[in-house]
Amino acid sequence: MTAAIRIAQLHKRYGAVQALDGVDLEIQQGEFFGLLGPNGAGKTTLISVLAGLARADSGSAQIMGYDVVRDYRQARRAVGVVPQELVFDPFFNVREMLVFQSGYFGIRDNGDWIDELLHHLDLTAKADTNMRRLSGGMKRRVLVAQALVHKPPVIVLDEPTAGVDVELRHALWRFVRRLNTDGHTIVLTTHYLEEAEGLCGRIAMLKQGRVVALDTTQNLLARFSGSYVRLKLVAGDLPPGLRTRETAADSEGRHTLQLHDYADLERVMQELRNSGLKVQEMELLQPDLEEVFMKLTGSQSAQHAAAGVHDER
Amino acid sequence: MNAERVSGRPLATPGQEAPFDPTRAVSAPSGFPMLLYKEWLRFWKVSVQTVLAPVLTALMYLLVFGYTLQGRLEPLPGIGYTSFLVPGLAMMSVLQNSFANSSSSLMQSKMQGSIVFVLLPPISHREFLAAYVLAAMARGFVVGLAVVIAAVWFVHLEVRHPLWVLAFGLLGSAVMATLGVIAGILSEKIDQISAIQNFVILPLTFLSGVFYSVHSLPATWQFATHFNPMFYMIDGFRYGFFGVSDVGPWISAGFVAVSVAALSLGALWMLASGYKLRH
Repeated sequence: MTAAIRIAQLHKRYGAVQALDGVDLEIQQGEFFGLLGPNGAGKTTLISVLAGLARADSGSAQIMGYDVVRDYRQARRAVGVVPQELVFDPFFNVREMLVFQSGYFGIRDNGDWIDELLHHLDLTAKADTNMRRLSGGMKRRVLVAQALVHKPPVIVLDEPTAGVDVELRHALWRFVRRLNTDGHTIVLTTHYLEEAEGLCGRIAMLKQGRVVALDTTQNLLARFSGSYVRLKLVAGDLPPGLRTRETAADSEGRHTLQLHDYADLERVMQELRNSGLKVQEMELLQPDLEEVFMKLTGSQSAQHAAAGVHDER
Repeated sequence: MNAERVSGRPLATPGQEAPFDPTRAVSAPSGFPMLLYKEWLRFWKVSVQTVLAPVLTALMYLLVFGYTLQGRLEPLPGIGYTSFLVPGLAMMSVLQNSFANSSSSLMQSKMQGSIVFVLLPPISHREFLAAYVLAAMARGFVVGLAVVIAAVWFVHLEVRHPLWVLAFGLLGSAVMATLGVIAGILSEKIDQISAIQNFVILPLTFLSGVFYSVHSLPATWQFATHFNPMFYMIDGFRYGFFGVSDVGPWISAGFVAVSVAALSLGALWMLASGYKLRH
């Protein structure tokens, strides 16, 4: 099967900044793919090259087998892009925007599909409202609808939940997940790492224009992160055999111990029993994408670094 | 959002009723008609500002200059000053509004970021240019026609060569519309467009013979006027009405046609290379 997206040795420089430095990436049809990376890693530039909004200096990018430069008509028909910035045309209302966008793709009489999109995105009541009068969240939904007017097999969402309230974020993800179930390939960038963790089957992490990790979300978590157990003893201190596992301790007497796998938990418990120690409270800590992100990108706080994603070119 | 309320009905259909079909993608109709229609609607929706206001301005000129100078000036033999003025004013309106339409539309959508909506679809650079230019020409045409229709209530006007009127109207507005596209692409701020309008377009139109015949000017100014491209547009347009002009209509038409071709090539090169639009 043709790859939904195939990127080979993509380079792009803006003045002194090497935005993309030899990116290779292949995303299969039907995947839910996450593109993560700190501010300035090149995520938006990569999306811009795919969408034809930016020209690469060298290398190639294909969507559904079509080169984004040479076969730009087919490539652009195959992709729907939700841009990061909350852009709109103040002259027109929601339905007009969707009718125009359909027409730009050469689709006439798209009314039924537009009605369906308005329904799914809870915009039906706002169909005849001028774009200027919509709230930020509503404008974001219109952007999603605009990206879908031509039923593209590949949907690219660039920070779609930036500045969006929690309720809309959840609703948006439900909708996108549904699109994925229906067979659309989804590529998203987000700075909410827990979202990427919950949604994406595979993840690429970018740093300074390079892919520093590319794997399934599960493998990334297993490889770069570990499970932990946090426990508090009724009395006494950790036996020497467990001290080497300890990664943190707090003033309340809670110890955080690293586990290589879940079978390790039994070994920890055995050691405690052998030493005659009793556990007062215990909590298992799951692997965390933020930890992977920090390890790979070397950033101090992944949430913080990824939060200021605007103008990352 | 209602994603979970729907049952049994697919949201979208890449693997269902309409799998992505590359042959359909190649033969699908062009986005050009919709872009043209959208550009038309953009000015038509605010026609008080984009059509009525410039018509009123032109009529004010006609009123003030026409009535104060009628009988005192006769730029062309046998033609009253007010009649002489009408074609010049109509053409001036055509030129200024054609430029204003394409330049401001591009500039605004660049500033608001909504330019992405026309950059993301599969619209070729030729279609892109044609849509912006034709919509701008349409605004110029509507304003010019309205000026002439409004003026014939006050002024006797005859049209000797309607085809020349049409030809110069179309060619002139095409030049300015294309120039507007180039200015819209090049400019990064709205001030820059205003500067071009106030310091280039306005002086060139005022000094192109809208209000006078170049033969009434001193020799040096007459000579200098021949370097003003707007002069040929206005002179040729006026020839269509009166059958009299400072320069032969074929020469003027040739000059204007070459300008359209050169500017179009320039604009196409900018669009094809993605200059200032696709970074």
